Amino acid sequence: MAQLEPPTAQRGYQILSSRDLDAQTLEVAMGPHHPSTHGVFRMDVVLDGETVTKLKPVFGYLHRNHEKIAENTSWIGSMPYTDRLDYFCSLTSNWAYALSVEKLCGITVPERAEYLRVILAELTRLANHACLAGFFVNDLGAMGTPLLYALREREKILDLFEWISGARMMCNFMRFGGCRNDAPEGWLAATRKLVAHFPSFLDEYDRLLTGNEIILARTQGIGILSSALAIDSAMSGPCLRASGVNYDIRKVDAYGIYNRFNFRVPLGDHGDCYDRMMLRLLEMRESLSILEQALKEIPEGSVQNSAVKIRNFKPPKGECYGRIETPKGELGFFLISDGGTSPYRYRIRPPSFINLTVLEDMCLGQKLADAVTILGSIDIVLGEVDR
Amino acid sequence: MNIARLLKQFPGVRSEDGASLVLPRELALQVAECLKNDPEFKLDYCSNVTGVDYPDRIEKSKAADGSETSKKIPGFLETVYHLYSIENKQGPLAIRVRTADRTNTRVPSLTPIWRAAELQEREAYDLFGIHYIGHPDLRRILMWDDFEDHPMRKDYQEPDDYHYEPTPHDEVLEKARKHYGAA
Repeated sequence: MAQLEPPTAQRGYQILSSRDLDAQTLEVAMGPHHPSTHGVFRMDVVLDGETVTKLKPVFGYLHRNHEKIAENTSWIGSMPYTDRLDYFCSLTSNWAYALSVEKLCGITVPERAEYLRVILAELTRLANHACLAGFFVNDLGAMGTPLLYALREREKILDLFEWISGARMMCNFMRFGGCRNDAPEGWLAATRKLVAHFPSFLDEYDRLLTGNEIILARTQGIGILSSALAIDSAMSGPCLRASGVNYDIRKVDAYGIYNRFNFRVPLGDHGDCYDRMMLRLLEMRESLSILEQALKEIPEGSVQNSAVKIRNFKPPKGECYGRIETPKGELGFFLISDGGTSPYRYRIRPPSFINLTVLEDMCLGQKLADAVTILGSIDIVLGEVDR
Repeated sequence: MNIARLLKQFPGVRSEDGASLVLPRELALQVAECLKNDPEFKLDYCSNVTGVDYPDRIEKSKAADGSETSKKIPGFLETVYHLYSIENKQGPLAIRVRTADRTNTRVPSLTPIWRAAELQEREAYDLFGIHYIGHPDLRRILMWDDFEDHPMRKDYQEPDDYHYEPTPHDEVLEKARKHYGAA
């Protein structure tokens, strides 16, 4: 019987002293298949123990060069592609593109269409923020239940989208100079009903989550983003406002008819993950207030400017940059027209992508598990990040 | 925004369409810094950064005697920044920096001034091939690292190296024929 020998370095074992262990850093590729990266996104993280010392985001797994495709198709032809940018919020992506083309050509939009757009955009915001809150606590380890509560509410909103546009997620509903069709009979009444019931969900969610001890411990003081850095890195949307910067494009640009509505812009105080989550809950209440006003005031009439040609649509030569406040932040379209039937340059300013600029700054010195929290609180969609 | 004052302060800066500024490469950083810090502009929010490709053009002109002359106008790449001011609630102002031509594509990076440009300049480098001098981490971002061309350029040709379908037809058959030879 062979005699058992203790392991030695010669036999392939390396005996480490505790000092050697201290000096080791570990490089972890989080993603592209990690569930908490919300899609095919990778963070290359260097860890010292559990502390993040370096973090590099890696993009491009979902890249299909949307901009090139759009430059090779007709102007209206890329409207369905904008659905696939932020596939949670197809209607706001539609609106951003339609708004930019309208700005480029000087097209006016009928009243009723403007109201419909606002109603649909705010419903999108409700669906997105409810889901964000659900996925966020899912990332924190509250598996399933709160997320399903949120998805239950989102279902109701998606049913409304299906009713009006024929599709739950890829709505493809806005057109240059209006909307594709009017709201079907009974749709507005159903929306009113949903708006009336939604606050009870928010109250339920508030009771369930906002005072929860684990959520407080996991989010407060985590991933702090100063307002100066938030502005410098062009953070937009709820992440910017959670850092205390009062900048909501619905107020600043007052695009569409947003200047007619009375709503407040919630602001954060600390710029941590807790503020970013709470801000979304507060924004949902403001969205409900906008919805109530819009549903009360919506006039009768046409929803499409009949002077706009769909076939052989040619904007005049020129360029424009149009932007709106989507649930994720500032979605902009920079369009250059050479007078032809397809855009000369079609650039999307994706909020999810640009919000990741300072991901490393927010994660440095935090634990790896907090990096998941921070990424979840930024709210990204990879369809938009990679385009 | 008093652009006229800026044009006076920095001779060399032009405003072609009255709305956007074209900055010469060597002045770009200086002007950008002024735009960000000057109390009148305070353009602290660099919203959008992108590239635009203007390929070489051939302009034909007919002389009086009927003979045609063609002149080649060299193209260039342009990088466009859209700036807003959160403090002064104004914008957008577009600033443009142009490369010398389509092979010498060096422009100064404005990432040291607006951090927001970091990922977006990487994207313009990746898709257009604009080289931002002074960028802290200029790597490809959406395409993979050993990809060679710049797909957003107007004259981009997709590479003829993908695997063809087992039973090619129509355009794919054409391409496969070209790729494998007539056999």
